[in-house]
Amino acid sequence: MKNATTIHSKLLIAAAISMLLVACKSTPMKDDAAVEDKSAGMSTSDGSDVKGAVIDGSGGDGSMNELNDPNNILSKRNIYFDYNSDAIRAEFRPNIEAHAKYLQAHSNAKVTLQGNADERGTREYNLSLGQRRSVSVKTALNLLGVSDSQIETVSYGEENANPACGDDDCYQADRRVEIVYPNE
Amino acid sequence: MHIIKFITFLTIGFFSLAANAALDIEITGGGAQQTPIAIVPFGNGKSIKEDMAKIISDDLYRSGLFRPLNTSGMPNLPTNAAQIKYPEWAALQAQAVVVGDVSALSDGRFNVAFQLVDVLKQQPLVDMDFQLQAKHARMTAHKIADVIYEKLTGHPGAFASRIAYVKKLGERHFLYVADSDGYNSQSLVNSNEPVISPAWSPDGSKMAYVSFEKKKPIVFIHTLTTGERKIVANYKGNNSAPAWSPDGKRLAIVLTYGANSQIYTINASGGDLQSITKSRGIDTEPAFSPDGKWIYFTSDRGGKPQIYKTSANGGSEVSRVTFEGAYNVSPRFSPDGTKLVYIRNDGGRFRVAMQDLTNGQVQLLSEGSQDESPSFSPNGRVILYATKKGARGSLASVSFDGKVRQSLSEARGDVRESAWGPMLK
Repeated sequence: MKNATTIHSKLLIAAAISMLLVACKSTPMKDDAAVEDKSAGMSTSDGSDVKGAVIDGSGGDGSMNELNDPNNILSKRNIYFDYNSDAIRAEFRPNIEAHAKYLQAHSNAKVTLQGNADERGTREYNLSLGQRRSVSVKTALNLLGVSDSQIETVSYGEENANPACGDDDCYQADRRVEIVYPNE
Repeated sequence: MHIIKFITFLTIGFFSLAANAALDIEITGGGAQQTPIAIVPFGNGKSIKEDMAKIISDDLYRSGLFRPLNTSGMPNLPTNAAQIKYPEWAALQAQAVVVGDVSALSDGRFNVAFQLVDVLKQQPLVDMDFQLQAKHARMTAHKIADVIYEKLTGHPGAFASRIAYVKKLGERHFLYVADSDGYNSQSLVNSNEPVISPAWSPDGSKMAYVSFEKKKPIVFIHTLTTGERKIVANYKGNNSAPAWSPDGKRLAIVLTYGANSQIYTINASGGDLQSITKSRGIDTEPAFSPDGKWIYFTSDRGGKPQIYKTSANGGSEVSRVTFEGAYNVSPRFSPDGTKLVYIRNDGGRFRVAMQDLTNGQVQLLSEGSQDESPSFSPNGRVILYATKKGARGSLASVSFDGKVRQSLSEARGDVRESAWGPMLK
């Protein structure tokens, strides 16, 4: 069975890491030349076999409705943020209001607010920053009357960020909350 | 005459190392005091597939502390200490010689006898036997390299250990486990969604990590040898940043529910969730101190992200650990608990910093601008971290004194999220 366990990509990663074991000073041989006891045969074990898993998610059915009709404001799913900020800009108010109205009209509908950050900083901290933004959108929906039970806030941190950004126009696109309707 | 020969051999030696580079290793610094050492090809070495002497030699070379002599320059090839003619090795300026002999055992395994000798004193320093299956020859060679390293430097080695890292290739995310020299890499996870924050269990048998395969971050524990994957935390919101307690029984994790990141602990087998931090800001990236008493973590409770500590049993007392700089995150302990490495934003550059917890002194160790994911080698002498060259991630390491640096890159893909595991038993 070849499940993905073993991708034989020959590890080019450099070996070496282990190596760097550096001593603090130059390391001439130690003076005490004691002979180690001839060990009665150390058995070396393995511990090196690894079994992995291949994971493929499945998409939704992609059917067309008011949520993904390009002429409907509900199809606009991205709320963008300033650097290091979770404040919602005025230009995105109509957007959030439209989703609030939809969620109130469809009490069985659930929404996931997916926060994102640009790539600067560490992955786990950016996960928390993205979360801060998704919480900000959730609070706005709550204030418009949407129940907590319809909303889940999660973060992708910098996982969907463009790794090749060099300026703020590029970073800006990464600082967003995506409004996602699961199973849509 | 011998000296000229020696230099020639060295040149050839370095050339052959470069040609061998399926791995792209670059070493800078720390080269001034490399001990010349001869690792002689083992007797009957061809009876097992791996060239153990070569593996040992490469290990010691990459430490930055040794200069192994090239095999082709050796006057003869002794396979035990009694066959060594000391003046010949002294003439090559070798300070130590390693000899070994492989023999087949009746049960299908092999015996490897090896000796390390001091050339100047003309006496053996180590004399050991290992019994192994042929498939464990590489790891046995790393264990021998550790014995040699410790005998000659006075510090334990860490060659017989493994690393984990994440590679993104196209749209796929792979979590790899590899030997410390990059060989024997095996993919633990192969997913079309991100995988981050791999964390080795203290005994090296399991890996905790965060997978986005269900379109949100969830914490899994994966048993390496069986492939069993178990969800340990899938609460509402984010589940992330797993860190093992030193006894391997609990994990510190970060949960959000409907609000900001906060730290909890949970049984590694699931259940008994306990709240550790309660702030209105972000609390994340927990790390247990090696004595199990403290959890260090990143928090923006003071406005900017800094590292704080609190009792691993919870409680309201929190004290700040980092004071220099406006952004200090991702704390990780040295195995002996005396040092902390973390990432500092140093004027727009994210670099690895090391803080001596006994006197508070801080030293910037890495030289990149987007360095992340620092972790100590199990002997505490090297820090592995993720760095970036242009838009592509790779790994790098630096000795704790900043003298020896290596860059470790794969030919393709974006490498990140490194974690150095414990010693293999």
